[in-house]
Amino acid sequence: MALYLLRRLMQSGFVLVAMSLLVFLGVYAVGDPIEILISPDADQIEKERAIRALGLDLPLWQQYLVFVGKALQGDLGRSFVFNEPAIQLILQRMPATLELAFGSMFLSILIGLPLGLYAGLRPNRALSKGIMAGSILGFSLPTFWVGLMLIMVFAVQLGWLPSTGRGDTALLFGIPWSFLTLDGLSHILLPAINLSLFKISLVIRLTRAGVRETMLMDYVKFARAKGLSPFRVTFVHVFKNIMIPVVTVVGLELGGTIAFSVVTESVFAWPGMGKLIIDSINVLDRPVIVAYLMMIVLMFIIINLAVDILYTVLDPRVRLEAKA
Amino acid sequence: MSTLEVKGLSTHFFTRAGVVKAVEDVSFSVGRGKVMGLVGESGSGKTVTGFSIIGLVDAPGRIVSGEILFKGRNLVGMGEAALRELRGNRIAMIFQDPMMTLNPVLRVDTQMIETVQAHQKVDRETARQRARDALGMVGIPSPDERLKSYPHQFSGGMRQRVAIAIALLHQPDLIIADEPTTALDVTIQGQILAEVQKLAANTGTSLIWITHDLSVVAGLADDIAVMYAGRIVEQGSVDQVLDVPFHPYTHGLIGSVPSRNKRGVPLRQIPGTTPSLMSLPPGCAFKTRCERADAACETMPGLAEIAPGRFARCVHPHIEILPA
Ligand SMILES: Nc1ncnc2c1ncn2[C@@H]1O[C@H](COP(=O)(O)OP(=O)(O)OP(=O)(O)O)[C@@H](O)[C@H]1O
Ligand code: SF4
Ligand SMILES: [Mg+2]
Repeated sequence: MALYLLRRLMQSGFVLVAMSLLVFLGVYAVGDPIEILISPDADQIEKERAIRALGLDLPLWQQYLVFVGKALQGDLGRSFVFNEPAIQLILQRMPATLELAFGSMFLSILIGLPLGLYAGLRPNRALSKGIMAGSILGFSLPTFWVGLMLIMVFAVQLGWLPSTGRGDTALLFGIPWSFLTLDGLSHILLPAINLSLFKISLVIRLTRAGVRETMLMDYVKFARAKGLSPFRVTFVHVFKNIMIPVVTVVGLELGGTIAFSVVTESVFAWPGMGKLIIDSINVLDRPVIVAYLMMIVLMFIIINLAVDILYTVLDPRVRLEAKA
Repeated sequence: MSTLEVKGLSTHFFTRAGVVKAVEDVSFSVGRGKVMGLVGESGSGKTVTGFSIIGLVDAPGRIVSGEILFKGRNLVGMGEAALRELRGNRIAMIFQDPMMTLNPVLRVDTQMIETVQAHQKVDRETARQRARDALGMVGIPSPDERLKSYPHQFSGGMRQRVAIAIALLHQPDLIIADEPTTALDVTIQGQILAEVQKLAANTGTSLIWITHDLSVVAGLADDIAVMYAGRIVEQGSVDQVLDVPFHPYTHGLIGSVPSRNKRGVPLRQIPGTTPSLMSLPPGCAFKTRCERADAACETMPGLAEIAPGRFARCVHPHIEILPA
């Protein structure tokens, strides 16, 4: 186990280095921030001073080395726009995105698992067919459109739920969270539903497929031959087996949700990282973009590791080995 | 009263491609403490017969006619709750493939304790002791430790012993053993056979031993029923049937078993393959492979008592070898 973790850490290091190169080059290719940052009527001297101040006069490889050197000390640069450390900007926005992502994941399991279970156990019922048809909708409707519809119906027409912002927050570990207050919860509900729609469909399909496959296994028939109740067969023998793929996929989805909740955050004016990154891309705020992407890479690495470890907890046949 | 009396059992599968008559008009009985060998080649309906008895024939299959009298009570049409009370308790089944019968994500103790508790109100500790004793009984060393293992930590032979131990937990009146030793190597097969035989004799448990291996039946069973294409074609006491087989199919089966006193004599093969159960032609199902087939075989012969206690389904049985 220890050896395995060490191995994983080294691999992660390589991934980080490779990603930092790619990210740096990619951002460099996107465009020249000077055009946007400095007013067109500034004179040449002023322009050059700004370029030097931002370190943009050095050749690309030197810029990269400077970046890496600082990054190793935990400094991912200062935002051109806010003149604040990029990391700090991102960390400030992170709780909002995290609670939105976890909220949507929670919803997707809360809703997707029972529906998928039902559709798997009673595949021929009309309701099951309805659930499966619904899951196709969940996959194919564009997120921004669903978001707008949710706002139209629940915020504008019915007036039940607010459509923008985080609402009241409460402090936990010195960080403001919306889900701790009733008003905050009412604010998070619509965007969380919006973000969970795709994942609900995913969980439904995975669960149903898992149930149908597992029900045919000999060990399920053997469990029935032992005289166990259908409840125990379903919720112990079948359920524990289908949790393996569901946890894996949902866990990996979590990373994607955190990283790419951009659309939902824009539609619901949710002040999270997604909105920050979109704004930063618009003004080519390089340090923020780079820092954001690096953090996302780091997050994916951590999530993957967590999923792997969880996997061994759920499936006793899997052992973490150094050769993995 | 016999422990089990099957009368005119037919189990069909209503598949999209057509009706598969997996079991057709099967009758036999097993006395208390007796061992019945159910023999036949692959696909002849042995497993489906076993599942019919414990009421675990799944859609698209169903018992279409017949009676299954277990200690005088008809199991056909009995409610699911009443059947569940019998399963694993009074009637146990051991499955064909030991690698597949235990749930891979549940520990052995979980899978044994739940079986005890499904039928008796005892606390976990008592149930665990029962499980441990059962493991010891089937020859698993250090059962206390092994209880905490997962199935994949056992070899195939050990897994089958666990399955047998589970079957023995409630000292059932009837055990249906579906080729439990076929997947194991010969020495382990012998050990398991001897142990099961001893246990059955000690507890008065009746056994239905499903196999396609005549030598297993010869050493173990009291009576034998030979199945072909879903029907019983020959039935009687083991000694008599194996010494003097009446039905051409049984005759061929015995001729194809290697044995010491036939060394040097080429083994006889039964020519041809099993007919499709979906489109059985009228008449004797064996006629395409039978050297005695003639026009009389175009109508399905009944299972006739050819000698006292000896039944065969054939218009030209091998009676010439009967001692006059
Ligand atoms: N779920 C099912 N759907 C359709 N046909 C089935 C189903 N289960 C079994 N059958 C058919 O029933 C017939 C009998 O199968 P069964 O499993 O009883 O054979 P068997 O004698 O146990 O053979 P083996 O020695 O290979 O285990 C086979 O022809 C099989 O194709
Ligand atoms: S009935 Fe005819 S075809 Fe069938 S086994 Fe007897 S002799 Fe052969
Ligand atoms: Mg079988």
